[in-house]
Amino acid sequence: MIKFEGVHKWFKKLHVLNGIDLHVKQGEVVVVCGPSGSGKSTLIRTINQLEPIQEGGLIVDGMDLRSKKTDINKLRAEVGFVFQQFNLYPHLSVIDNITLAPIKIRKSSKKEAQEQAMELLERVGLAVKRDAYPTQLSGGQQQRVAIARALAMKPRIMLFDEPTSALDPEMIGEVLSVMQDLASSGMTMVCVTHEMGFAREVSDRVVFMDHGVILEEAQPEEFFRNPQHDRAKQFLKQLLSPMH
Amino acid sequence: MLKYSFDWSIVTSGKYFEWLVSGLKVTLELSAVGIVCAFILGLIIAVLRMSHFRPVRWIATAYLEFFRNTPLLVQIFFWYFGSYKVLPAVVNDWLNSTNFEFAAAAIALTIYTSAFIAEDIRSGILSIPKEQMEAARSAGFSYLRSMQYIILPQAVRITVPPLVNQFLNLAKNSSLAMSIGVMELTYQARQVESYTFKGFEAFTAATVVYLALSVVITALMDLYNKKVLNPHRA
Repeated sequence: MIKFEGVHKWFKKLHVLNGIDLHVKQGEVVVVCGPSGSGKSTLIRTINQLEPIQEGGLIVDGMDLRSKKTDINKLRAEVGFVFQQFNLYPHLSVIDNITLAPIKIRKSSKKEAQEQAMELLERVGLAVKRDAYPTQLSGGQQQRVAIARALAMKPRIMLFDEPTSALDPEMIGEVLSVMQDLASSGMTMVCVTHEMGFAREVSDRVVFMDHGVILEEAQPEEFFRNPQHDRAKQFLKQLLSPMH
Repeated sequence: MLKYSFDWSIVTSGKYFEWLVSGLKVTLELSAVGIVCAFILGLIIAVLRMSHFRPVRWIATAYLEFFRNTPLLVQIFFWYFGSYKVLPAVVNDWLNSTNFEFAAAAIALTIYTSAFIAEDIRSGILSIPKEQMEAARSAGFSYLRSMQYIILPQAVRITVPPLVNQFLNLAKNSSLAMSIGVMELTYQARQVESYTFKGFEAFTAATVVYLALSVVITALMDLYNKKVLNPHRA
């Protein structure tokens, strides 16, 4: 479904992705973690070409991102992206946030798009907020709307870039449970997150990155019980007991 | 001792009142056409100014600098006295059959004001967080569609206060159209003065009407801002 082959990316002179090889199969849930500045956000952003790559091969849902013939807008319509800062459209109500792309890009009728949006809002538990504006919602609610907005395009892949990092602790659970629900429905997901509980219980595989390199790739049980790389050990130790 | 005897009746009724009313009608038409066209043109120039394609950006910038840095009166004269000399005869015949004074004034006002509006809208666009563009692009919208559905609607909201200024300027600047014989409000006030020597009354009446026009534009924009653009804000 997603295939990185020897991918390199530079920001000016900074080598942010240094030879990434990664293969995500259909229906798989992959968690990417690592210290800040490790390149994990850049990695996930290359999948829908919010960040272009400079070297290597990247194939997403059968489309070659290095080929000039690939219609990038078509690819992005098939790939849902959830941001750390939600990025809802502040001038549109919740329902209009969700229906905009289906109506304009998928050419759904307004009625059809709204019915589907209401189903999604039910699913994320926010049906009552259909006419609210983003500023009237809590962070957790905004993020759930953002997930519904991405799902409204019926994407084949969902990408999450630190979806809970901007949330107050008591709101993290509501977002994670929506993601968990999505994972169990068979969605192909790549999540950059520090939520190790989510990684352990929901993901099929954990990828640990540092300095633009994938240092470790393992089943969650294996990764948490017996991390191989020193940096991964250190990272987990700091994450699980930040007081030390 | 003041020798002037005021006669306000000439501007509140009768023939001269009708002249002023017909002048106001032309001023309203000119302002309405100018505001609508200048806004649309300003939007387009603002988007072109931010194009990723350099030549397009240069052309838009040249347009903007050229038209906002030359006097409006000169531009009006150019369109009225200059432009038709280089146009084909067919176009000229057609122009002469229409109200060419009005057209020349409307074109000049539109182009002049669009340059200022473009800059206001551009700063509005720049104030929208870049994450909004990312969100739109990642949903599959092209650059232009992202602008259309997500960035511009937000930018225009922020731009309303400076836009009101530009609209007011345009309405007031429409008085310069009298210089090429457009029979708008100032032209008619001058006519009234010429016929009656009641300059104080005539221009006081014109002043009051311009003031009222400005107040109405401001109130309409305020209403639009509150009811249409920001209905969810207190």
